[in-house]
Amino acid sequence: MIKVEGITKSFKVAKRSTGLLQATKALFHREHTIVEALKDISFTIEPGEIVGYIGPNGAGKSTTIKIMSGILVPDGGNCSIMGFTPWKERTQYVKNIGVVFGQRSQLWWDVPVIDSFELLKDIYKVPPQEYKTTLDLLNETLELKDIINAPVRQLSLGQRMRCEIAASLLHNPKILFLDEPTIGLDAVSKIAVRQFIKTINQEKGVTVVLTTHDMNDIEALANRVILIGKGSLLYDGKLEELRRRFGTHKTITADYRKNTNSIDIPGTTIIHWSPEHAVLSIDTEQILTSDVIAELSKKVDLLDVTIESQPIEDIIVQLYKEFQI
Amino acid sequence: MKVYASVLKLRLLIGMQYRAAALAGVATQFFWGFISIMVFEAFYEHAAITPPISLKELITYIWLQQAFLAFVMLWFRDNELFDLITSGNIAYELCRPADLYGFWYAKLLAQRLSSALLRCYPILIVAFFLPKPYNMTLPPDVTTFILFVITLLLGLLLLVAISMFLYISVFVTLSPMGSLLIFGVLGEFFAGLIIPIPLMPMWLQKIAFVLPFRWTADFPFRVYSGHILQTEALIGVFIQLGYLLGLLWLGKLAFNAALKRVVVQGG
Repeated sequence: MIKVEGITKSFKVAKRSTGLLQATKALFHREHTIVEALKDISFTIEPGEIVGYIGPNGAGKSTTIKIMSGILVPDGGNCSIMGFTPWKERTQYVKNIGVVFGQRSQLWWDVPVIDSFELLKDIYKVPPQEYKTTLDLLNETLELKDIINAPVRQLSLGQRMRCEIAASLLHNPKILFLDEPTIGLDAVSKIAVRQFIKTINQEKGVTVVLTTHDMNDIEALANRVILIGKGSLLYDGKLEELRRRFGTHKTITADYRKNTNSIDIPGTTIIHWSPEHAVLSIDTEQILTSDVIAELSKKVDLLDVTIESQPIEDIIVQLYKEFQI
Repeated sequence: MKVYASVLKLRLLIGMQYRAAALAGVATQFFWGFISIMVFEAFYEHAAITPPISLKELITYIWLQQAFLAFVMLWFRDNELFDLITSGNIAYELCRPADLYGFWYAKLLAQRLSSALLRCYPILIVAFFLPKPYNMTLPPDVTTFILFVITLLLGLLLLVAISMFLYISVFVTLSPMGSLLIFGVLGEFFAGLIIPIPLMPMWLQKIAFVLPFRWTADFPFRVYSGHILQTEALIGVFIQLGYLLGLLWLGKLAFNAALKRVVVQGG
């Protein structure tokens, strides 16, 4: 479906120090630095997959999305999506894809949402019958009924984002690129958007590539993640694998009857301790969770124990640190 | 074609949302029209030689200019397109299965058409019923009128083709103000919107005749009043067509070159 091979892209950025003198100097002579946004990125995505594309700010996520949607021309490398090279056969190709840029808007600001939809219908030449069924489905799953007749400027961010996503799907694309679709949304809207992405993936078999900084999005949606940093591909595989490889820490929170004895257990570190409450971090490569609990119960009268896996957010932070990105 | 029709429809809808703006625009144009006519009237009363265009023709010229302001003014712009370029929302435009030059051309055309449709009727109707000598007059015959409609519409197409260069220049400069000022001032002057071309000194007329601007306003308006003869007008139509094709070709070339270099920055 999507095949990206050795894509590279660099940008020329004008460089100037602060101050009036420097600004005057820059009038005559300007220094440029070359920023390598993407270095030799390759991956393949099969039909029907949901792939989470993650990385810190400035890693090159959006650049990759823009190249895959035909907006940017890479400096080198190949990309074949459904048999098209996005930047070469742009007009032919873009009929098949839907794109949502979370930070931009495609709706006409001054008119009701439905008018923008009608225009998109004509731009993509969607047959009336198909348009109606798609719109009904979108209305229902994204709960647009009450907002579709309001001018875009009167919508809240969450409402607008739901409309933006709907607008990108009116022509029934086979691939959907989502660039930070949940940015700035509240919990309810986020869940609605996630639910929707899942639905279209399962029911219509739409291939989804999404970038996000919210790891809950990834956990809820993607079974595969591609991690990039500073323009290089760092990890490509299952989320569980990532967790297994890097998320070897668990946290145990224990409440017990008042006890002033030490609860030092080899293979664990004490994060917090009080006579009635303790938080331990354990490395599952060194000691089994059950052993820790057994040890604990020998030392104190346990009242309550909770075991938590390391949140995926922490794993990602740890990963960023490890790769120094 | 349907796409272009729906762009026009959407534009009309947006235009009609701003009724107050349309009304204020009409009022301003009346005021402006009267002032211009009075200034020219004063000049004509004390003219030592017979001016090359009669006052009656000139008044009709001014009312047409006010009624079809949206067809002839280069400063009449679509800020949305500027915003698309400078804010990077053009990213979405590039994801559409449409030729972008054609799509934007349609947008600009639609904006001018919708604006003119909303504003020209009140001005034209009132201008016909004004007391003499301020009133507008009918064209001398039906053929002239048909020629006027053709030249006006061709002029509109030509103007949109010229204004496309304004938008293309923003790809490079990222700020529309400079281009707007240069295009606006030079374009309007040489289109005869400040002083009608026949009243310009000979050497200035020569420059105006070389440039494409006068074919958008001066030419159709003088065809209407019969100041340009029918045979001359017919030749003019072909010159308009020539300019139009040439500018469309150049514009498309420049537009595609600009698009290749486009970099959408940020998230």
